[in-house]
Amino acid sequence: MYVDSDVKGIMNGTIHRRAREDRYQGHDYYNIDDLLTDDHLMARDAVRAWVKQEVTPIIEDCSEQAKCPTHLYKGLAEIGAFGPSLPVEYGGGGMDEIAYGIIMQELERGDSGIRSMASVQGSLVMYPIYKFGSEEQRKRFLPKLGSGEYIGCFGLTEPDHGSDPSSMITNIKEDGDHYILNGAKMWITNSPVADIAVVWAKDEEGKIRGLIVERGMEGFSTPEIHGKLSLRASITGELVFEDVRVPKANVFPDIRGLRGPLSCLSKARYGIAWGTIGAALDCYDSALRYSMEREQFGKPIAQFQLTQKKLAEMITEITKAQLLVWRLGTLANKGKATPAQISMAKRNSCEIALKIAREARQIHGGMGITNEYPIMRHMMNLETVLTYEGTHDIHLLITGMDVTGLNGFK
Amino acid sequence: MKLLVCVSKTPETTAKIAFTNNDSEFDTSGVQFIMNPYDEWYALVRALELKEQLGGSVTILNVGPASNDAVIRKGLAIGADDAIRVNAEPKSSLYVAKQIAAVAKEGGYDVIFLGKESIDYNGSEVSAMTAELLDMPFISYATKMDIDGSTATIEREIEGGTEVLEVDTPFVLSAAKGMAEQRIPNMRGIMMAKRKPLKVVEAVEANDLTTVATYTMPPSKTEVKMIDPENMDELVRLLHEESKVI
Repeated sequence: MYVDSDVKGIMNGTIHRRAREDRYQGHDYYNIDDLLTDDHLMARDAVRAWVKQEVTPIIEDCSEQAKCPTHLYKGLAEIGAFGPSLPVEYGGGGMDEIAYGIIMQELERGDSGIRSMASVQGSLVMYPIYKFGSEEQRKRFLPKLGSGEYIGCFGLTEPDHGSDPSSMITNIKEDGDHYILNGAKMWITNSPVADIAVVWAKDEEGKIRGLIVERGMEGFSTPEIHGKLSLRASITGELVFEDVRVPKANVFPDIRGLRGPLSCLSKARYGIAWGTIGAALDCYDSALRYSMEREQFGKPIAQFQLTQKKLAEMITEITKAQLLVWRLGTLANKGKATPAQISMAKRNSCEIALKIAREARQIHGGMGITNEYPIMRHMMNLETVLTYEGTHDIHLLITGMDVTGLNGFK
Repeated sequence: MKLLVCVSKTPETTAKIAFTNNDSEFDTSGVQFIMNPYDEWYALVRALELKEQLGGSVTILNVGPASNDAVIRKGLAIGADDAIRVNAEPKSSLYVAKQIAAVAKEGGYDVIFLGKESIDYNGSEVSAMTAELLDMPFISYATKMDIDGSTATIEREIEGGTEVLEVDTPFVLSAAKGMAEQRIPNMRGIMMAKRKPLKVVEAVEANDLTTVATYTMPPSKTEVKMIDPENMDELVRLLHEESKVI
């Protein structure tokens, strides 16, 4: 992991560990666990235990102080959260897509920012190198990314080109054994600490190409974006390229066009579809427990019909979302999950998670706005998740186009 | 160094406890099971640490039906080399101890680890019975253990202090808190566990000397009664007549 002086300051700051027990329990109203294998359940228990041990005690403080717990990159690697569904020989875990989803869900139960750290490394950096990279690129980068020795980031979005990446202006021009890279990327998770960046840029024919830009290449910088009120425990920055000379050996050999970056996004969106249900479950779990313990008018507030309505609707939506992603996972395991199906699940999970966070906040009353409970942190995080990896509206248009065959984007 | 770690399957700590069949059996419906934490966090992890330090192997042993395999696989995912399951219902402490003793005799292990107790029946019996059946030294409630050659130095907490013991292998040890720190299996370990050997053996003949007659739930907590500090007579009356403690 790259550490510049600015980030060193963050890492050296004091993060307080909370002693309070994390009482989270999963919720499985429709016995969906019966559809999972022992491996899936063991993976879930392991990541849940890791989150309780490593994330919960520090996450509120990290979020409050906008400090990225960069020491957790190593822990995420050790637990196997980077590229769990990639082959073992390339630094992955050799697991299936459902296991990958479950891991993302447990991480996001802790915090969307922690899940983002892992999503980016696995789905947006390791996956494209595995899928589109040369054998030399795979061997050179994947084991180091899988072990957490290298941290990666993914550059597609630009300051003026978000939902419309095909209009990107970042470009490469051939120069002997190198390409000269110019342009800028924005909203890049992990960029200020990344050792490498998978960057998408247009070549001289206007075709989108993928390349691996390494820390230390002249003209390459990664300024941090400050002032975020969401995903505060995740580090975000820009990628700036000023005549960066990238060796041709760092360019993905065959992939051309938007298909390359979009296939990575499908992988990451799939993880988000599972992940945000974790945030929803944490909000529901906290609200259920709080409503049983909090008494008003001489009885637990869980006994009041309006509280029960909220809780019943929450678990209904969680259960529907759990079934949707489970089915999506079985399709993904067969290689049959379409990008449009992934869009539907990503959009649905984000929407229900955000609504559940807001309802849970109400159940917690005034306590819901404090960092004594995880609700507001999840709620603020989910505002980002609703927008990144394809905005809420764009995913709706993808579904719309899929069912009508008509393009509503243009 | 050949190490045997005996693990049991226990209900998850937040499980709702109920009984069935005229209160003579524990009702397992809807209950999630885990590896007994004393077996996992302390016995198994210390055995793995010793193996990493001294070489050798760690074998997991469980007495139970095929549905216990998930718990055994977790032990393999954490790092044990192989496992043996005695295919029988663990009916009583003595029955389980006799099964462990039979396997241990055959395997010739240097140390036989168990947790200090299981968190369901809390009997702390199996480890002592196993040692007796094997005619081996037994150290209970150990909080620290190191091995140099064939001699182990073991610490155990006693009233007001610590007792340090030396014992030669082979011996039986029950592990308590302090022996090691919990290890969380990683994804690679989970995948590797599927390929590690899990041998299933049939149970040896063993008599049960006890049977469970009935289980009862503890009385539910009664409401707290607030007594006015000025009314000490009422407090005394309640302690005398209702609580019957004075």
